[in-house]
Amino acid sequence: MKVNTMAEMMASGQTPEVLFWVGCAGSFDQRAQKITKAFATILDKAGVNYAILGKEEACTGDPARRAGNEFMFQMMAYQNIQILNGYSIKKIVTTCPHCFNILKNEYPVLGGNYEVIHHTQFLQELIEQGKINITDSNEWKGKSITYHDSCYLGRANEIYEAPRKVLESLDMELREMKRCKSKGLCCGAGGAQMFKEEEKGDKRVNMERADEAIETKSDFVASACPFCNTMLTDGIKNRNEEVNTEVLDIAEIIAKAIQ
Amino acid sequence: MTTMALLASIIFSIVTAAALLLFAKNLMRIRKNILLGKASFINDQKAKRWKNVFLLALGQKKMFRNPLVACLHIFVYVGFVVINIELLEIVIDGILGTHRIFENYLTQLGFANLYTEIINCFEILAALVWMACVVFFIRRNILKIKRFLSQDLNGWPHSDANYILIAEIILMGLFLLMNAADSEKNFIISQHLSPYLKELSASSLITIEKTAWWLHIIGIYIFMNYLPYSKHLHIILAFPNAYYAPLTPKGMMHNMPEVQNEVLYAMQPEMAPTHTAAPASFGAKDVMDLSWKNLMDAYSCTECGRCTAACPANVTGKLLSPRKMMMATRDRLEEVGRNISLNKVFVPDNKSLLHDYISVEELRACTTCNACVEECPVSISPLDIIIELRRSLVMEESNAPQEWNAMFNNIENNFAPWKFAPDDRDAWTKKV
Repeated sequence: MKVNTMAEMMASGQTPEVLFWVGCAGSFDQRAQKITKAFATILDKAGVNYAILGKEEACTGDPARRAGNEFMFQMMAYQNIQILNGYSIKKIVTTCPHCFNILKNEYPVLGGNYEVIHHTQFLQELIEQGKINITDSNEWKGKSITYHDSCYLGRANEIYEAPRKVLESLDMELREMKRCKSKGLCCGAGGAQMFKEEEKGDKRVNMERADEAIETKSDFVASACPFCNTMLTDGIKNRNEEVNTEVLDIAEIIAKAIQ
Repeated sequence: MTTMALLASIIFSIVTAAALLLFAKNLMRIRKNILLGKASFINDQKAKRWKNVFLLALGQKKMFRNPLVACLHIFVYVGFVVINIELLEIVIDGILGTHRIFENYLTQLGFANLYTEIINCFEILAALVWMACVVFFIRRNILKIKRFLSQDLNGWPHSDANYILIAEIILMGLFLLMNAADSEKNFIISQHLSPYLKELSASSLITIEKTAWWLHIIGIYIFMNYLPYSKHLHIILAFPNAYYAPLTPKGMMHNMPEVQNEVLYAMQPEMAPTHTAAPASFGAKDVMDLSWKNLMDAYSCTECGRCTAACPANVTGKLLSPRKMMMATRDRLEEVGRNISLNKVFVPDNKSLLHDYISVEELRACTTCNACVEECPVSISPLDIIIELRRSLVMEESNAPQEWNAMFNNIENNFAPWKFAPDDRDAWTKKV
């Protein structure tokens, strides 16, 4: 499977319908790379004409901005918008809710106007339009799963249904955690917490959330964010529950369920 | 009118005027304090804003996340508003020396029963308010509810909440007692209290009715003037706060055009606007650096603690409490306001909101998850204040944990928050 970059597409005179914004976690983090590959596989199978920026992609500036470093954010936003506008990008899909939020909500005022969608919304569209077909005998059928709402997808942008609709298409048993949707508990990574040690307290945030996920006694935990994925995986491992409960991104689940 | 009655009318008029003047003066003081904040937020999309006023403030939509408490709160709120219509009659009676003046008018118009029906409604509401306040008092003081046990409320905030509940219980009691002692009347609730008063002579009944009447109205004037010092100011400010609540997605942070211009100036000098001067400081160190909406948020806070109960940092034992953040902002603003009214201009007092009222440790614990913003029934954003203070910490004081400084460096040099070679960004494509 060949993953094209915008530069390659441009050179051959093609215009992709959508840009896949991979994000830093999706590009470099070994666990998150699997999510990236799964999503790229789905795009390929669905026959979507897409491209990535490749080496031209850079951090959106989200962790810097949330930490208070507006200068760093503005520098990154300026560079990214130059690149995106240079390629006349119209539509972006991303597997990271943090990139999604910042591209969708915070770039327009700086001159970066694009239609931005999250991969769970994109997957819902592909399923509804019949561009990907879930196999009847998929390996998830009848298994139980709980979905963890990412803050930057849920409360930040009120996307609660798309990920659930995608999971429902698999005939899985969807179990909700006590705190879900608009009451969903954070995994502990947002606001640049991912990049520093937690402040002192009684418990780690990811442990609190992992315990809640374990309580549902589900076979799987579905995430829609590479950072949530890492936090919950760590939490569940810490409780020695990784044998019973595996954390997977929705893209990884779908990739294994289509022909 | 007898001399006594005339004297009563005059005293009543003076008391009423004084109460209203004092209240107006306090509201102006609060307005002045709020306007110490920076200009912000556009008054756009008026239809959506009014919708928020109806849904969030008038309709108390967020309260219904817990239906039982929402119903009790609705009783107190509707009771408070509706029974205050009766207040109009009480005030007119007081000034003119009349007795139940609306009843006379309604009788003349041929609606003699209507007055009784209306007062019956007021009495039912008064009884519901009384009951709800008793339940609230029990919830606050006897049941062990975490958000009410929090040390955020130690001292004055805890008493403030109880004073108001006790005052409401007494006021509603006085209203019913006043009606019960009115021997000519049989209202739906107060008639059941009348038998306890039947041993008394007619003159004592009149004294009881008059006393209850005076205590009730003076109680209301005291309550009105207590509002500006209390968490109960939300009964007024919830409305403008809902109107000015941001209409943008919660995940969207406010842009800093001044920083945007600086960057533009460095990258593309010909594109940068030349007439804008760099600001004196970045982010917020003190209340004057926050927006007026942030400051109105602080005065609107009900100290209910729904934000803190939902905060992932707080529930895992970190120091951060969004409620405490709002209370600290109000306390500091009041202090700055007193400083200004004493000295005409603000005289530096070697204190600031950041550090003296809100610590670095609290700010560092926030995951920007928006749970506090989502929960707030009166449209407050504690997160907005946290972000502004973080901006000041990082951009003015270069105060960031070492790991964050490393992250900033990585973004600057490797275009990712981790130390990976930028050339490897697309390495994953070779393995699919």
